[in-house]
Amino acid sequence: MSVEINLDQEFQSRIDAGERIEPKDWMPEKYRKTHIRQISQHAHSEIVGMLPEGNWITRAPTLRRKVGLLAKVQDEAGHGLYLYSAAETLGISRDEMEVQLLTGKAKYSSIFNYPTLSWADIGAIGWLVDGAAIINQVMLTRTSFGPYARAMVRICKEESFHQRQGYEIMLGLAKGTPEQKAMAQDALNRFWWPSLMMFGPRDADSPNTEQSVKWKIKRKTNDELRQQFVDITVPQADYLGLKMPDPAIKWNEERGHYDFGEIDWDEFWQVVKGNGPCNKERIAARTKARENGTWVREAALAHAAKNAERKLSTKVAS
Amino acid sequence: MKKESLYKYLLLLGDNSMILAHRLSELCGHGPALETDIALTNISLDLFGQVRSYFQYAAELKGGDATEDSIAFLRYGREHYNCILLEQPNVDFGHVIARQFFFDLFQKLQLEQLVSSNDKKIAAIAVKSLKETKYHLRFSSEWIKRLGDGTEESHERMQSAIDNLYPFVGEFFKETDLEKEMKEEGIGADLFLIKSAFDKEVMKTFAEANLKIPEIASRMTQGKYGIHTEQLDYILNELQYMQRAYPNMEW
Amino acid sequence: MNKETDKMEYPIFEVFIRSKNGLEHRHVGSLHAADPEMAMENARDVYTRRQEGVSIWVVESKNITASNPEKSDELFDPAQDKVYRHPTFYDLPIELKHI
Repeated sequence: MSVEINLDQEFQSRIDAGERIEPKDWMPEKYRKTHIRQISQHAHSEIVGMLPEGNWITRAPTLRRKVGLLAKVQDEAGHGLYLYSAAETLGISRDEMEVQLLTGKAKYSSIFNYPTLSWADIGAIGWLVDGAAIINQVMLTRTSFGPYARAMVRICKEESFHQRQGYEIMLGLAKGTPEQKAMAQDALNRFWWPSLMMFGPRDADSPNTEQSVKWKIKRKTNDELRQQFVDITVPQADYLGLKMPDPAIKWNEERGHYDFGEIDWDEFWQVVKGNGPCNKERIAARTKARENGTWVREAALAHAAKNAERKLSTKVAS
Repeated sequence: MKKESLYKYLLLLGDNSMILAHRLSELCGHGPALETDIALTNISLDLFGQVRSYFQYAAELKGGDATEDSIAFLRYGREHYNCILLEQPNVDFGHVIARQFFFDLFQKLQLEQLVSSNDKKIAAIAVKSLKETKYHLRFSSEWIKRLGDGTEESHERMQSAIDNLYPFVGEFFKETDLEKEMKEEGIGADLFLIKSAFDKEVMKTFAEANLKIPEIASRMTQGKYGIHTEQLDYILNELQYMQRAYPNMEW
Repeated sequence: MNKETDKMEYPIFEVFIRSKNGLEHRHVGSLHAADPEMAMENARDVYTRRQEGVSIWVVESKNITASNPEKSDELFDPAQDKVYRHPTFYDLPIELKHI
């Protein structure tokens, strides 16, 4: 028992000293489990996030927009892959994680359970959803677990174009015809609150936060990050000439921050529990991809095994 | 040589790439493994890049208000000249790979001729596209072998995809008057020369993959004359949706 | 539906990339592939989408032998006091140049 305590203390002092933890290092079981949960959730979010955006690839309005969106959604696949790889270093397989996603055992970002109903939604997702994600991800480049931090560095480097892509779409719409402007406003109205929800429950309702901060998994709390997002985004909406769908938004001189209204936490928990507009469709799409891919993966492995055998028998023969 | 002919030839080259790229883009987010998803999207992106080169050039020739987008999004079904094979749907991964392999092989051989086209712009596009296409062919032929020589199920699926799609392959080599004119001008490819190399390569790959070239008659196809299957208009419905629903806007 | 964990998962490969000639290959991450050829193609598509490399190595993870971090003490600490391996260990007059 006392050995365990010493290990725990030693681990904490390594974290406090700013050291990075690598996969084969000793770590408390809870640290490992928390990371598997958080990194796989993050990976699932990238993969499920491909679906609402992918919904508009075939309908993108110009060739330039189409290749931009395709490349972006492809990046999400890459980011999912980097993150799954980081989680795999902790002793869970990608396949196990996928099963957890499909059976509802693992969560992903609720924002992707909202539908994309117009081209402007692609702009809004790039601007708001990627904007919110970047705030979180930049923080995570300094997280204590080495493989997670490294994946984040790579992801942040690649994602810098995503938000610009989204904002550029919004800018085009905001400067466009009345129909286009209305489309942009409608997208902002529908995606604003779900974007705020991306930062998770209020600090008071987030029991894991304290431990996560102590282990330097998180370096800022949900509410701090949410405030940071609001402060950055409100002026960007002003620049577009769009109206924020929250009458409570107002600059607070004293705090040096924007005040904003209360999130509908009932909606938040409903979507988390699986009752959002598209939860079922998203999981159904991923399940179908998995099932349609099973025979392909089996074939590739069977072929690889045959090839290995053939190589071996030629060696024996010669 | 008529400018109109060259314009139409660019559409013919571009439409093959555009319709196939569209089919591949439908798969983004739905591939059999993440890595394969990324690979197929890469191919789609390469093809859309080629489309843009062809259509930018075509827009220059056409003049007036024409742009790559008006050419890509504002033509009627009958004004598309892609081969029928490329509009065939993504039935399963076997069909995706078979369609890709036949096109990649044809396209590689065609581009190898187009790099020395008398039309300097076509030649330049071909030089860039050829590198990409060689890689696509490597990808698709590897997969032909994996699936053909994988499990019993994959073998059956691959063979049935080939049986379904091979009858459309003949259209690549059926020279239209336009292609004849382009060939004689030293601008276009000589499809006859490509044919034997194509057959040889298919035979070689199929032998390694344990697959058979079906003895099924070629289908009647007139895609290169703008007469398509019922598939094409559904593709165009999606492809053109924004430009049709919101005409004359900047995006 | 197959929600059982699929025993048919592709093995993991580690990917190393040389970003330009003159530099060493560096570990950039991992991926899944059925065979080395597929691993190479996947590495190209996953890790060099933005011209990050001019050369790729892939190796199946199980073929890598790694040192054990629990033995870090005995492996790496003994080098700590071998200061004579560093140039600063040797005292020379400052006015001396190019040495």
